[in-house]
Amino acid sequence: MDLYLPIANLSVNALVIIALGGGVGILSGMFGVGGGFLTTPLLIVYGIPPTVAAASAASQVTGASVSGVSAYFRRGGVDVKMGGVMVIGGVMGSLFGAWLFRLLQASGQIDTAIAITYVLLLSSIGALMLKESLEAIAVTRGRRAVPPRRRRHHPLVASLPFRMRFYRSGLYISPLAPLLLGFGTGILTILLGVGGGFVLVPAMIYLLGMATQVVVGTSLFQILFVTAAATMVHAMTTKAVDIVLAGLLLIGSVIGAQVGARFAAKARPEYLRLALGLMVLLVAGRIALGLGWRPDEIYSIELS
Amino acid sequence: MKLLALVLAAPLLLAQAKPVLVPDVSQREIRIAYSFTGAELLLFGAILYPGGKLPDDEHRTDLVVVVKGPVQSITVREKEKLAGVWVNAQALRYRSAPSFYAIASSRPIERIVDERTRAIYELGLDSLQLSPASSAAPTVQDRFARGLVDLRRRAGLYVEAPRAVEITQDVLYRARVSIPARVPVGQFTAETFLIREGKVLAAAVREITVEKAGFERYVARAADRNAVPYGLVAVAMSVLLGWGAGRLAQRV
Repeated sequence: MDLYLPIANLSVNALVIIALGGGVGILSGMFGVGGGFLTTPLLIVYGIPPTVAAASAASQVTGASVSGVSAYFRRGGVDVKMGGVMVIGGVMGSLFGAWLFRLLQASGQIDTAIAITYVLLLSSIGALMLKESLEAIAVTRGRRAVPPRRRRHHPLVASLPFRMRFYRSGLYISPLAPLLLGFGTGILTILLGVGGGFVLVPAMIYLLGMATQVVVGTSLFQILFVTAAATMVHAMTTKAVDIVLAGLLLIGSVIGAQVGARFAAKARPEYLRLALGLMVLLVAGRIALGLGWRPDEIYSIELS
Repeated sequence: MKLLALVLAAPLLLAQAKPVLVPDVSQREIRIAYSFTGAELLLFGAILYPGGKLPDDEHRTDLVVVVKGPVQSITVREKEKLAGVWVNAQALRYRSAPSFYAIASSRPIERIVDERTRAIYELGLDSLQLSPASSAAPTVQDRFARGLVDLRRRAGLYVEAPRAVEITQDVLYRARVSIPARVPVGQFTAETFLIREGKVLAAAVREITVEKAGFERYVARAADRNAVPYGLVAVAMSVLLGWGAGRLAQRV
């Protein structure tokens, strides 16, 4: 079923895009991530221009995080104050990211920059997740003692000024730390079309030391608003949001996410994290190979 | 008396005149709508010889049809391996590269006309006037031009189809040119050339408009002109779909 994408200026098989969104949706429902880190590279492989792919994937992440946020809200799993600070940082980050995007685009290095950022980010996060989940599995099998649970924020975070209380998170820290964290993920959202959940969640646990029961909900809350802001920024600057493409991805992913969430309820969380870690490393490895291998196309054309 | 002389002399005068082309295209407008996967253009017409007589010498009559899209200002980048990573290194800007170029001819073009004529009329992918905006060495310019043509040829945007023009009894001709789905919108031209003995004897141009239609046109315009409402609609759509699916899943 061929459908013409009015912004990407090409026709795609609608069922393939819906299936792609569905696959990513299942994973996002299972692992509680937006799945943007899979959508953008897959769309590029399918032949969608990288800018359109990044701009349209962000709105898919918005859709994927909505139902998660409402579920966590009902359970009281969102620290709105902390999330609000991160959203402010995220919106500023996305504006900065848009400026960076244009700069890189003008110098012709945007594709390389996107690929290198992906490799660095995904390989470090993937390795971290793999290590953590393997330890957790060792613990549940009784091979190793439970490590002492330390929930303390990083000394750097503690040294920042203007402390305030975040009751839900059980923290008394400077809002600058979550602001910076939000800023960083805002840049990532614009550049890569990812929500940044796979960076936010570990950072909130290990750097900020937030109470774990509000970590996922708050990160989803931040992702919801920042990806929405990123879609707006893209719509106004690069004009690369393809609403038809986004719609197709959304139809697949919102259904997939519900299916994935049911899978996740049956699986053991440490094995889920192990699987996610392996998958993230796989994607990073594939992109790294792409950087080193001789590309299929030596030449590329862009309108100027 | 003068008039009579003119009428009497008409066949003689016409015999000196060149043949005339009467071309047409199957579609004056190509509309890109939701299921657009490309279009097939039929370019056809007749050759009117002076006096209605076919030339009786042994030279062949050749026809060349060129369909051109609007010119674009583009930058072509070349990747190079630096420190183990393939990155864009050199770049070359072209002020007026055709976004689409298809040439169909009754025989391979290099057998019909010489290089100079090919360059004048831009016949053939080797003879495109790309007007590079650079003072790079000719070898570098050639390399980039080859890269550009090769890339667009494989995307179906640059097409060379020797022997695609059929001539029936030296009078009627037709050629098919396929327009791919990735075609840019704008004003296209279909030029027809009648060539004998290496000379262009007649030429005619027809215009073709390629435009987005219906919903696609509406979306493309909205994204360009009303960026803020467009972005809001995109965000609202994602929020509603995500929320709706969540609500549905709770009931099931």
